[in-house]
Amino acid sequence: MSTFEGTLLFLTIALPFFGALALVFFPADRHGLIHWYTRAIAFVGLVLAVYIFVTFDTNGGLDKYTVDFPWLPVLGIRYTLGIRYTLGLSGITAPLVLLNAIIFLAGVLVSWNVTHRPKDFFVWLTLLVSGVYGVFLSTDLFFLFFFYELAVVPMYLLIGVWGSSTDFRAQEAFEGRGFGGGGKYNRPKEYGAMKLMLYLVAGSVLVWVAILAVWAEARSVTGEATFAIAALADVEYSENFQRLFYPFFMVGFGVLAGLWPFHTWSPDGHVAAPTAVSMLHAGVLMKLGAFGILAVGMVVLPDGAEWWAPVLIGLGTVNVLYGAVSALGQRDLKYVIGYSSVSHMGYVLMGLGTLEVIGLNGAVFQMFSHGIMTGLFFAMVGIIYERAHLRDITVLEGLGKRMGVTGAFLAAAGLTSLGLPGFSSFVAELLVFIGTFRTYPILGVLAVIGAAITAVYILRLLAKVFFGPISPRWEGLQDATKLEAAVGGALVGVLLLWGLYPFRIVEIIDSGVKPLLESMGI
Amino acid sequence: MTADVRFELLWPEFLVAGLAFLVFTLDFFVRPARKEVLAWVSAAGLAVITAFTIPFLLDEHDTLFNGLYRVDSYALFFKVVSMGIGMAVILGSIHYVNQRLTHPGEYYAIIIVSVLAMMMMAASGELLTAYLSLELLSFCLYILSGFAVSDLRSNEASVKYVLLGAFSSGLLLYGIVLMYGALGTTHFAEMAVVLPDAMEADNAVLGRLLLGLALLVAGLGFKVAAVPFHMWAPDVYQGAPMPITAYIAVGSKAAAFALVLRLFYEGLQPAYGEWQLLIAGMAALTMLFGNIVAIVQTNVKRMLAYSSVGQVGFLLMGIAALSPIASNALIVHLVGYSVTNFAVFFAITAFYNATGKDDIPDFAGLAGRSPFLAAAITVGLFSLAGLPFLAGFLTKFYLFSAAAAEGLLWLAGVAMLASLISLYYYLQLIRRMYIEETPEGEASVAVRTPALLYALIGAMALGTVLLGVYPDPVMTAIEGATKALQIGQDYWLPVGIAAQ
Repeated sequence: MSTFEGTLLFLTIALPFFGALALVFFPADRHGLIHWYTRAIAFVGLVLAVYIFVTFDTNGGLDKYTVDFPWLPVLGIRYTLGIRYTLGLSGITAPLVLLNAIIFLAGVLVSWNVTHRPKDFFVWLTLLVSGVYGVFLSTDLFFLFFFYELAVVPMYLLIGVWGSSTDFRAQEAFEGRGFGGGGKYNRPKEYGAMKLMLYLVAGSVLVWVAILAVWAEARSVTGEATFAIAALADVEYSENFQRLFYPFFMVGFGVLAGLWPFHTWSPDGHVAAPTAVSMLHAGVLMKLGAFGILAVGMVVLPDGAEWWAPVLIGLGTVNVLYGAVSALGQRDLKYVIGYSSVSHMGYVLMGLGTLEVIGLNGAVFQMFSHGIMTGLFFAMVGIIYERAHLRDITVLEGLGKRMGVTGAFLAAAGLTSLGLPGFSSFVAELLVFIGTFRTYPILGVLAVIGAAITAVYILRLLAKVFFGPISPRWEGLQDATKLEAAVGGALVGVLLLWGLYPFRIVEIIDSGVKPLLESMGI
Repeated sequence: MTADVRFELLWPEFLVAGLAFLVFTLDFFVRPARKEVLAWVSAAGLAVITAFTIPFLLDEHDTLFNGLYRVDSYALFFKVVSMGIGMAVILGSIHYVNQRLTHPGEYYAIIIVSVLAMMMMAASGELLTAYLSLELLSFCLYILSGFAVSDLRSNEASVKYVLLGAFSSGLLLYGIVLMYGALGTTHFAEMAVVLPDAMEADNAVLGRLLLGLALLVAGLGFKVAAVPFHMWAPDVYQGAPMPITAYIAVGSKAAAFALVLRLFYEGLQPAYGEWQLLIAGMAALTMLFGNIVAIVQTNVKRMLAYSSVGQVGFLLMGIAALSPIASNALIVHLVGYSVTNFAVFFAITAFYNATGKDDIPDFAGLAGRSPFLAAAITVGLFSLAGLPFLAGFLTKFYLFSAAAAEGLLWLAGVAMLASLISLYYYLQLIRRMYIEETPEGEASVAVRTPALLYALIGAMALGTVLLGVYPDPVMTAIEGATKALQIGQDYWLPVGIAAQ
């Protein structure tokens, strides 16, 4: 059965999925057609997501978003495993769906310059997006896991084929500086792609083990086989079982969220990825991990979550500091952003670890806000790389003279990143800080220090790359095109909108977080 | 059970045997240039027999020769699967045979004989019948793997296969003898009845029983290439003609597991506690070893050989779990594995037919030279690795759930780890095809796929996807098949035992 709103959820996943399948049959050399087709899919997806978000009913009317399609018992595997294709929406997922739609459209628009096999590129990209939607909307663990894998798989080819390698040796040969010393650095894109793939699939193995453990345990307790998250959450698992298997969820999903010390795939992967993929990956995919910890781990195994919360918040704090300090030392522009993502995901993890309403609200809001912000970051870095063909910040100097618009947007992203009031991250991080101060004050202090370090590397980067005297080598650079500027402007607009008027989105998130905490008995 | 044996239930077997002799005979009358017609006769014959068999045996549930031979839905399911596998191999062989092999008449006829053997393996209700049909299959495969007579590797493969196969047959027979000594019967259903008493008996009987069981497992382990009895597999896979490699990887495993599942389910279930850990350990070892060693392979056939060793580990997991869900899961995994492997092997055969190369580096840039083959191989490999929307994801999820439900979560964990490892080396091949460029000089060799292979590969790749998203018909058939295993052993007992 499906309600009208449920059908919308169904369409949200089905549109990019079948859109990607249809794209396979397009003639490969009609680049313009392929671009416009993908843009149309992304745009319709955004319209759907905005409609779902705007009409979201915070007063507990969640039942109307339920999907339980009659074709699925026929199509799915019901044989004694108890799998159903069910979808649902909550206050937590509504903003994340919107985030995915925004980043997808933005990513497709800034990919206007993809001319190498664009058909294959957009097929994989669109498939990935449908996988992300699927994870956010599935309320059955089988399909959640199914879509989770679907979101991970296309990454390998997207990065391997369309990505870029980091090779300072070539740059230094160009400069005549030789290969000596610390400049000897080569990370081919295949390395980033393979590392990312293996880490993420390893994480999903842990998740899979935990899913099967929970399923089998619930089956032996209740005698009924089901993968429905809500039903699994109702089962009384023993304390030891929860403590044993919650880390599987926490670490398994945590890998994707960039949880320290399993974060190293993330900078390497982001750097090697093409612009749109970096945007989606840092912007949305890492949120899948945090979302998984919240919506699966904590919901199904609440006692385990409570027991492990200090570890989660502690690792989150390490994430914040470690990511920020690592970002300080990077030469590659994308590595700076990559480590800054690790650092910012730390706030999300800390928020999750507080296990209280303000912190969780902050975590979810930070997921949204960081997604938009990092999307903006990678879009702008992509523009610079496309013009300058390198991302080495020791070489890029004074671009602001020639690329004023790009610089302005990058500065906006940077200011969001360091938590300037007015941008949405300020609100999100503030909520996380409050939540942390109420639970673990010392870690709260450390997190604020992390924000200070962020200010250092962001401001230093902006000063070096954009302001200051321009190197003659960059005199001929073109600024962002109108389209790219529009994308940047729209993303900044979203950041400002939720920064100046956060009430509605926080209200929506709160309507999802409160029942979740209640169901956990906290 | 009944005094008069219903020989008419054996019509499918007789027809397949007749088809084999027909092809042998026709071979004398077909001119060398037109031998291809034999393949079409073989495939069409199998298709007709399949179409006849399904309605003919659909609701039959009987036993022949006093329990030696079963006619039930389980056997019917595997009859159809065997004939399907035979047809696929025959059709997939045509171009290869035309280009590289002599004596096509014998080639196709022997494949048909081996299909008969596979059909009998799933229908055996007793150890010696099982042994005989297994040997019939093995002999066919010994011959087929050495069929490229002028190719030294093929000769080596055949000799190695014969020697190790004969050795394993010896083990198997000795195991059967010991089991018979301990239990006094070779009928699966009777074994299940007397096993509980035998396990309570004195140490001499128990010792014979356990040794017999161990030898039985070792012998069967050889046949399915489970670690540590897998040594023959890589060499045979590499040396055998390409379609035969596919056949060994798919057909022999499907049939062997059909037999093993029935033996363990109907016969050895009461001794579950004695062998579960043995099989589970063997499964863990097999999946880890196969997949780890596959990483370093440079020849695509060897890589797939080790990958299929790894897959045997997954299948053994279904035996170790041994529940109604697990047997369903085992069979659906077997079906998914067959379809997927055919897609990969036929695509590689097409590549080999065009280029004569089968090392992994030779696949560089295949996505540019033949997008279709590259896509088919990718679909197949992703399915083998267990990625969603493909058969592998669904069947593995099913199988691992079944294991977890029987308290083998650790084994499921090992299996997932093994899947992760397998993804790594599958990605290496995919990287070659999609990310690397074709080396200079190679690019001029066109990779063209003949229409027949194109259709066959396309069908198998489509089947891989379909099974991943719409497993309903296959699952229904499998449920019907495994019901025969669960109907209750009493039904199968010969009159004497049932009366006791």
